Amino acid sequence: MATVELSSIRKVYPGGVEAVRDVSLVVPNGSFTVLLGPSGCGKSTLLRMIAGLETTTSGECKIGERVVNEVEPADRDIAMVFQNYALYPHMSVYDNMAYGLRNRGTPKAEIDKRVREAASLLAIEDFLSRKPRALSGGQRQRVAMGRAIVREPQVFLFDEPLSNLDAKLRVTMRLEIRRLHNRLNATSIFVTHDQVEAMTLADQVVVMNAGRIEQIGAPGEVYKHPASRFVASFIGAPAMNLMPGKIAEAGIVETPAGRLPYDKNRFHAAGEVEVGIRPEDIHAAGGADGILFTPELAEELGATRLLHGSFGDTPVIIAIPASGTVHEKKEMRLSIDPAAVHLFDKVTGRSLVR
Amino acid sequence: MQKRAIFGSTSLPYLLLLPQLAVVAVFFYWPASQALWQSFLLEDAFGLSSTFVWFENYSELFADSGYYRTMMTTAVFAVMVAGLSLSLALLLAVQADKAIHGAGIYRTLLIWPYAVAPAVAGVLWIFMFQPSLGVVAQGIRSLGIAWNPLLNGNDALILVVLASTWKQISYNFLFFLAGLQSIPRAVIEAAAIDGASGTRRFWTIILPLLSPTVFFLVVVNIVYVFFDTFGIIDAMTQGGPSKATETLVYKVFFDGRLGGNLGSSAAQSVILMILVVGLTAIQFRFIERRVAY
Amino acid sequence: MVEHRGFSRFVPHIVLCIGVAIIAFPVYLCFVGSTHPQDVTSNGQMPLTPGPIFFETYYKTLFVGSSGSTREPVATMLVNSFIMACVIALGKISISIISAFSVVYFKFPFRMAAFWLIFITLMLPVEVRIYPTYKIAADLNLLDSYAGLTVPLIASATATLFFRQFFMTIPDELVEASKLDGAGPMRFFWDTVLPLSRTNIAALFVILFIYGWNQYLWPILITTRDDMQTIVIGIKKMIVTADALTEWNVVLATAMLAMLPPVTVVVLMQRWFVRGLVETEK
Repeated sequence: MATVELSSIRKVYPGGVEAVRDVSLVVPNGSFTVLLGPSGCGKSTLLRMIAGLETTTSGECKIGERVVNEVEPADRDIAMVFQNYALYPHMSVYDNMAYGLRNRGTPKAEIDKRVREAASLLAIEDFLSRKPRALSGGQRQRVAMGRAIVREPQVFLFDEPLSNLDAKLRVTMRLEIRRLHNRLNATSIFVTHDQVEAMTLADQVVVMNAGRIEQIGAPGEVYKHPASRFVASFIGAPAMNLMPGKIAEAGIVETPAGRLPYDKNRFHAAGEVEVGIRPEDIHAAGGADGILFTPELAEELGATRLLHGSFGDTPVIIAIPASGTVHEKKEMRLSIDPAAVHLFDKVTGRSLVR
Repeated sequence: MQKRAIFGSTSLPYLLLLPQLAVVAVFFYWPASQALWQSFLLEDAFGLSSTFVWFENYSELFADSGYYRTMMTTAVFAVMVAGLSLSLALLLAVQADKAIHGAGIYRTLLIWPYAVAPAVAGVLWIFMFQPSLGVVAQGIRSLGIAWNPLLNGNDALILVVLASTWKQISYNFLFFLAGLQSIPRAVIEAAAIDGASGTRRFWTIILPLLSPTVFFLVVVNIVYVFFDTFGIIDAMTQGGPSKATETLVYKVFFDGRLGGNLGSSAAQSVILMILVVGLTAIQFRFIERRVAY
Repeated sequence: MVEHRGFSRFVPHIVLCIGVAIIAFPVYLCFVGSTHPQDVTSNGQMPLTPGPIFFETYYKTLFVGSSGSTREPVATMLVNSFIMACVIALGKISISIISAFSVVYFKFPFRMAAFWLIFITLMLPVEVRIYPTYKIAADLNLLDSYAGLTVPLIASATATLFFRQFFMTIPDELVEASKLDGAGPMRFFWDTVLPLSRTNIAALFVILFIYGWNQYLWPILITTRDDMQTIVIGIKKMIVTADALTEWNVVLATAMLAMLPPVTVVVLMQRWFVRGLVETEK
């Protein structure tokens, strides 16, 4: 097991496209770190640089105590699970898992032992002699993981491995990957654009955007305390409501929803700001007081109900428990907890937290 | 056109390319450039010395009515073979596409002439149509039609066209069948529901959707007539009678070997090269368009 | 599919049967002719059913040869044709697969130049540069040799393009997985590329075997000795003499024998044949 340390990593493609800009990151030994971001944010490129499949333009990549910038992928002591699994179609499941060990000259008995162990761990013992095309998507996924496990690498790399599975299987495999991690305790880096995957799998989430890291933190942390407007809108479904605001006095911000109190001990702000409030932090007020709101449309999600409407010109979504009946187009009153009001810099989008 | 994941090695890629580049250099580039060079030379009668004559070989060719005649023969030959083999192949392919049962068997029974050597095809057809011994020739004569491909140029050309068509139908059939089978069934079904009759469906839906295949095959058939019919002609008529079945390629061969006029033969080769490059360019432009389809 | 009803259901079958009959007729006549003695065939009154001398004719053709011309037994020609077709097919496949591998999987100076050098050969068939090629083969002492028969015909790009096309469809991740599994370029070639190319190699072999077997112009030029003749040019040499002397039953039997191997290959390996034909044209 090893720590992965990236310092000031950059990747510029021929032609000048800068895919990764100055990324520094520590993946602690044994942690499950998820690189999360929209497509094109550089997360896959970053992973492929750690794997050695892409060269690093500048910066340093360390696995354990070793700088691996110039080390061939095969010698980095890593294993990777690909999005399309990349199983060798002409080899049996057994040979797929054994191939890497054979290339390294591992003794036959040892290969057999490791393959069988991994197969039983993943419950694919019955398929060892089959070809990949005779397997279902979920089984192929397991074989791809088995191929990584037998190598007993210092670091596991996952490149969106669940995106080719159907929704139901994705949930099962997600749990399984996490269980496997708890058992093997190997350092894992997992790339995904799916925030639910990130939140459920990660010890540490790294949110990326446009080649940069926006925030590093535990899943709860990035949800509760987004470091930027981007993180705030990317994490959480439905997305955080954002609206323009102006600080009226310390602790009060003027918004299309009216004057809202905020936690002045947490945020330091003045002048024009961007105000963020999560849909689930807006509640129906009991009495006649509170912010006036007219829902235009209600979406039933079962346990919760989403109400679409607007404060002034700003569209808003509110998530409230689905109890009783709500009549669309009927006025209601809302309350917002001051602790749930986030403030971001209008220009840079960074959180104005002290 | 290259992979994202590539190997780094300094000498290995060259080593892997070496055999092919060597063969291509010795047996393609060197002779092609020789042909070009020779087309500017005039050899004396004994082939002992040659003089550089610039474009004299070319200007002589273009002043020669025989060359134009050969061009015309080739063109007529190409149009007839392409027209005949394409329409027959399309007819058969459409029927095979309709025949739900046995389409595979019909395919097997129709594609094998592709494997018959042109020269052998020539022998088969001369055996049927040779005036004195051909069974079919006897039949034609008994109907009172004069038929003698050994003496009559038109008869000879018809015979060569028939043999060439016979050999080419299978190729066209295969591509037409593949093209037809790639037309989504739903489109044809929609047309049927829209009230288009079978014939109307063919002309308004199937043929337009098949047009890329048709264009592609037209070019391929022209190239086929240019080059691959050499064996057929040599086995059947040797370009005769009195050059009525002489194509451009056959003339290159004839003038160079039997006529001993290497300079003119080389000039003809160069003209042919230009023609083929032109045809190939058309084909590539067309393929690009097909990709965009 | 729009189903047909009533009589029109049978139209396709009728048309196709007529087509099949017309296509097959010349070959049937050829077979019939090969089983009748010379005096029956040569007067144009040959019956349309097989004659009595099937075994005599084919025995004579294979092991004695036509008395009218070269007298070379056709068995020798069959061997020559077979060697030529196999060497051309295997030679082209082997040099093409490695050059395509090089162009697709490596990055090196002049890569595109090398690719174009090979690519251009696609445009010019051997027929248009036939005499200079002949002269080079003669200068290299390749006349009447298997090398001379085959190597110049290997010089073309079809197979290289075919493999390049296929390699481009192999997912990049497979290369990356191989790299992570510690495989270098040649190991990747042997362990992954070659096994994955198996069906493509088979398809190409079928096409190239037929291409080689049916060669005509080049073998005519390059072979002078009778024992180096291929069957396709052997036939032609049997009928150049005056009509009356042509032993038509032997000629036609030779034609049957010349057709048999490539046609068998097409029929038995139809799946690969179709695939090879369609793919090499892309």
